[in-house]
Amino acid sequence: MDMRSMDEQTVLLGHGSGGQMMKHLIDDIFFEAFGSPELVVGNDAGVAELPATGRIALSTDSFVVTPQFFPGGDIGRLAVCGTVNDVATSGAHVRYLSCGFILEEGYPLDALRRIVTSMADTAREAGVRIITGDTKVVERGGVDGIYINTAGVGEVPAGVDLSGANCAPGDVIVLSGTLGDHGIAVMGQREGLAFSTDIVSDAAPLNHLIAAVMDAAPHVRCFRDPTRGGIASTLNEFAAASRTVLEVEEQAVPVRPEVRGACEMLGYDVLQVANEGKMVAIVPADEAEAALAAMRSSRYGKHAAIIGTVCELACGTEPYVRVRTPWGSTRVLDMLVGEQLPRIC
Amino acid sequence: MSASPNRMPRTADFAAFRDPDLARELIARINALVADRVIYLMEVCGTHTVSIGRYGFRSVMPEGLHLLSGPGCPVCVTANRDIDRAIALARLDGVIIATFGDMMRVPGSSTSLIAEKAAGRDIRVVYSPLDALDIAAQNPAREVVFISVGFETTTPAMAACVLEAAERGLSNFSLFCANKATPAALRAIEDDPQTRIDGFLLPGHVSTITGAAPYRFLVDEFSTPGVITGFEPVDILAGIEMLARMVISGAPDIKNAYPRGAHREGNTVAQRLCAEVFEPCDALWRGLGELPASGLRLREAYAAFDASRRFDIEVEPTVEPRGCRCGDVLRGRIAPGECPLFDRGCTPEHPIGPCMVSSEGSCAASFRFKDR
Repeated sequence: MDMRSMDEQTVLLGHGSGGQMMKHLIDDIFFEAFGSPELVVGNDAGVAELPATGRIALSTDSFVVTPQFFPGGDIGRLAVCGTVNDVATSGAHVRYLSCGFILEEGYPLDALRRIVTSMADTAREAGVRIITGDTKVVERGGVDGIYINTAGVGEVPAGVDLSGANCAPGDVIVLSGTLGDHGIAVMGQREGLAFSTDIVSDAAPLNHLIAAVMDAAPHVRCFRDPTRGGIASTLNEFAAASRTVLEVEEQAVPVRPEVRGACEMLGYDVLQVANEGKMVAIVPADEAEAALAAMRSSRYGKHAAIIGTVCELACGTEPYVRVRTPWGSTRVLDMLVGEQLPRIC
Repeated sequence: MSASPNRMPRTADFAAFRDPDLARELIARINALVADRVIYLMEVCGTHTVSIGRYGFRSVMPEGLHLLSGPGCPVCVTANRDIDRAIALARLDGVIIATFGDMMRVPGSSTSLIAEKAAGRDIRVVYSPLDALDIAAQNPAREVVFISVGFETTTPAMAACVLEAAERGLSNFSLFCANKATPAALRAIEDDPQTRIDGFLLPGHVSTITGAAPYRFLVDEFSTPGVITGFEPVDILAGIEMLARMVISGAPDIKNAYPRGAHREGNTVAQRLCAEVFEPCDALWRGLGELPASGLRLREAYAAFDASRRFDIEVEPTVEPRGCRCGDVLRGRIAPGECPLFDRGCTPEHPIGPCMVSSEGSCAASFRFKDR
């Protein structure tokens, strides 16, 4: 295999061959960026310490976003944040990630390097290590540039048992910041809609924010990151799991004016738009202020707000989510059905 | 058209039209005014339907005040035959279909554009017909057909698009035109003995283009009042209050509760643009049937951009979905929940009729906001 292959500017089928080219790709791009000792030792499995609490949390997610680079982030940052946040919602200390890449033949190596560097930076920020990985290359047209899968593992501290089923009437809904930033930023980039240069993705690792809330509000019921489907899905899932009614005060929900404007133009409900750096926590009322203060003290929770409450389910009715408007009316907030399609006028 | 109502904010500041205190005051006024009367109002525009749902207004209206959704969702009133034609165009070799997003999921007689896309047809969602021109410019060896639906609000953009295509010499671009005119639908509803409408909330955006004159016949021929209404919470409540007041006093008129958007003459530039490119034609509406001079087609001078004249397509026989009562919903004969398929086979996830498909469809809005 020609050693100059790494000088080529694009991914070639040979990079997934299992031979020399692949080794160079791994050494020069992945090891170089990630550099964790468990990975660099080069075994098939990364072996690492995990404090013995008796329970682990494990989660996996695949990332296929187009475009791969968007205001405020890229697919690499998403791939780390998404899995870190999913594991962290269980209350676990997130420790290690795996990453699998599916690359399209012809994908620019420079873009791959930027994505991998972004993953390494984000992992460092989250305090987690990428300790194993895999690379496949498929023929041109087989994937849209690059797909990434990550899995994450962490240990769950003794006594921690977070679940949507724990929500109880009287509890309070706390949200870590403005809604819709990610969905609208990606949408604007993808469709070439120049809404505003100020709308950037919120992609962020929230494991430290979660840890701060758990310290401040020891009886926190559950966390969930409102990604695809937005907070509408998250709250409906909580309501169904705990057989309660969740009520949101529309006026209390933080939304950037430019995101609100873009949603109105496209006919989207901002409560159904994706976020990648926001967390919803359900906490008992007497710990709500402490949870809020903990979120606000975090780098990614400056605009945190109490947005609603958990209410009792009336006899003979089904769980649902209700939005209370500033003028005293109410409406039901459903989950998004299918794909979000912009309206005509 | 009368002057703006005295309680409406006289400012360009949007916040004033979302003022919770003013909204509460209007809600209280409407309740006091209507008391125990039974009044049927129809909001003509799909954006009104969605806004009324999103603002939760049905939960605070007097019990006897019924807000019916009218034929104002462009997707919903598009006839099955036209959906089938669009699908037939999509199946032609080398054709790229450009369409607004909400047309994608509408079922035709046997399939939908989204299903055709999954089957490998080149169908692209655009936000403006001008995007379709760019696609045509980038693909000179392919034919690009834009599926044009919509009312008076969207028609000027289509006209501008055709003129620009002519100017840019884009001979591979054409329009499949199913555009419609609002007043014809209102006349059809007024002519329907099975429908009772006491007043119309008239579409603010459409009126921005058309002005008030096209609605005058409602008062002159049917003694039914109408209020041109905007889309913010205070706009809609003010429109409802003005309309209810006219219904109760028995003094029908066409009033304007949206003076910051709509003016008496409308947008005359846009009107001239449309008249240059399009001419009226009879058109088939879902639920309302064939209505004279209610649709638009390209004038002879622009025939080269008319997909209907340009392509010879084989259209499957039209099959209407069994049991679907979208037509009756669009006429205001029944509320969405009264259709036997509503939430029993027809849901936003598995829509049978178009009113359940578009986000602006009355059934989808009713389902989504549980206004039933």
